[in-house]
Amino acid sequence: MTELRKVTIAGAGVTGLTLAAELVDRGVKVRIADPAGAPGPHGCSWWAGGMLAPECEGESADPAVRRLGRQAADWWERQGAEVTRGGTLVVALNRDAGELERFARRVERGRMLDAEALGHLEPDLAGRFERGVLIESEAHLDPRAALGVLHARLEARGVTVERRDPMVESSAGTLIDARGLAASAALPDLRGVRGEMAILRSGDLRLGRPVRLLHPRYPLYVVPRGQGRFMIGATQIESSQRRHPRVRSVLELLSAAYALHPALAEADLLEIGSDARPAFPDNLPRIRKKGGHIHVNGLFRHGFLLSPSMAMMTADLICNDIEPEVMDEDHG
Amino acid sequence: MPLFYGREIMSRMMLGTTQYPSPAIMAEAFGRSGAGIATVSVRREAGGAEGQGGGAFWQLVQRLGVTLLPNTAGCHSAREAVTTAQMARELFDTRWIKLEVIGHADTLQPDPFGLVEAARILTEEGFEVFPYTTEDVVLGERLLQAGCKVLMPWGAPIGTGLGLNNVYGLRSLRAQFPDVPMVVDAGLGLPSHAAAAMEMGFDAVLLNTAVARAGDPAAMAEAFGEAVRAGRRGFEADPMAPRDMAAPSTPLIGKAFLE
Repeated sequence: MTELRKVTIAGAGVTGLTLAAELVDRGVKVRIADPAGAPGPHGCSWWAGGMLAPECEGESADPAVRRLGRQAADWWERQGAEVTRGGTLVVALNRDAGELERFARRVERGRMLDAEALGHLEPDLAGRFERGVLIESEAHLDPRAALGVLHARLEARGVTVERRDPMVESSAGTLIDARGLAASAALPDLRGVRGEMAILRSGDLRLGRPVRLLHPRYPLYVVPRGQGRFMIGATQIESSQRRHPRVRSVLELLSAAYALHPALAEADLLEIGSDARPAFPDNLPRIRKKGGHIHVNGLFRHGFLLSPSMAMMTADLICNDIEPEVMDEDHG
Repeated sequence: MPLFYGREIMSRMMLGTTQYPSPAIMAEAFGRSGAGIATVSVRREAGGAEGQGGGAFWQLVQRLGVTLLPNTAGCHSAREAVTTAQMARELFDTRWIKLEVIGHADTLQPDPFGLVEAARILTEEGFEVFPYTTEDVVLGERLLQAGCKVLMPWGAPIGTGLGLNNVYGLRSLRAQFPDVPMVVDAGLGLPSHAAAAMEMGFDAVLLNTAVARAGDPAAMAEAFGEAVRAGRRGFEADPMAPRDMAAPSTPLIGKAFLE
């Protein structure tokens, strides 16, 4: 066991950093290495929405996402990240009322609001929607701020992100590969699922919580980031191409945002971003033993939602030899 | 079993490959439906100038073990559709192309003029074209004249799940070209819609959203597979003619008249 208690983590995205933080908390000696250095625009977690929304995701994802994701908000709060627990509001345009009915039927822990209750909850949306579904238990955070908090906290405890490629230069102890799509060569069943997003700034719209617009073609979420900023996202395209947002995707996102509230037409467009998320064929994350390494990967669109439970399970494996539910082995 | 461009397909069900919760669930849906053809969109996944971004996903689609029918979904002009078809031929090494030329952004209904033009160009270039069309008989005739040997009339607009919107029109299209393989494509929402199309003598159905967006896509795929088989068997069994007057199946002779 003493041999295992030295760990090198490859990759300083949300998976690598949450894992480092969890292991340090449990007294493991951790090194973390990433050729790109500290978290930034080079990693896909930089472009995330930051919704801690296990119920909304669970509406269409595997039940494991809901169950594992319910631990996320508490974990992030324990790490000192600013977590806003305002719930999620889900709405649909009146012509898509059927979509909202269906969502309400399928989601757990949701509550249908009438127009009056909805207007009370989000005054700027008053009169725009006849009904909405509120999921009170959900939360959100600012991904970049949260990565910064983890990074600073690790540095304060003597763990700095080493700017080197740990896959080339050997390191002491167990190597945990949390490089996301960069690990594709070692994980042939890993693929990229492209997402595009934008950040807007509006002085005319205030939202207390993330709002999801159900739409058969252009589903959208808007996440308030404070100081009038809103993250809007996100497309989901079966492509591993990372950079250069596509015009069509941006048109769709911005049109959907405008449909949610026309005031967003006057917003400043601060950023348009794109990246590809790492995913396995069932879109569920894995802890995989392969070639003497442990891979933690495939968090798909659930990086901030699932990385805490993945970190806890990986730490259980390393510290207590408890086999996690999402583990498999590849002897190839 | 249906013949498309001389190739026999051992299933009357075709499934699309978009909008599933995951590729694993997609594969399960294919397995349980017994679908023999998978449509795959090229334009959106490839994206941009490099055009190879969807490689990992396309490999998963190829691993389904069914015949692939690439499509030109999302194309709004004949020219765009032709370019996309050429790209699809390179990527999937097939002459088959499901031709979609969208004429209206909201209803996604086909642009009949662009469709015929693209069908003519692609046929001349050696493609075997599966045109997504309406139930319009004249348009069907023009597509056949342009070289198509299959027609894919819609049931209802794409993704609506409304079923067979114009039963009369579909019947008359079927009757007009009895020897042309025809696939009802788009708008199906329920297994009964698929069964109805098969009972009318269509050779196959193609659907995507009704399966992919169901709460349990694999179970819904199986239900559609069963409906397609039931509907086809019903058609082949030569259904009775409907009539207005009741015709009791037990003879009345020997029973007392009460009035």
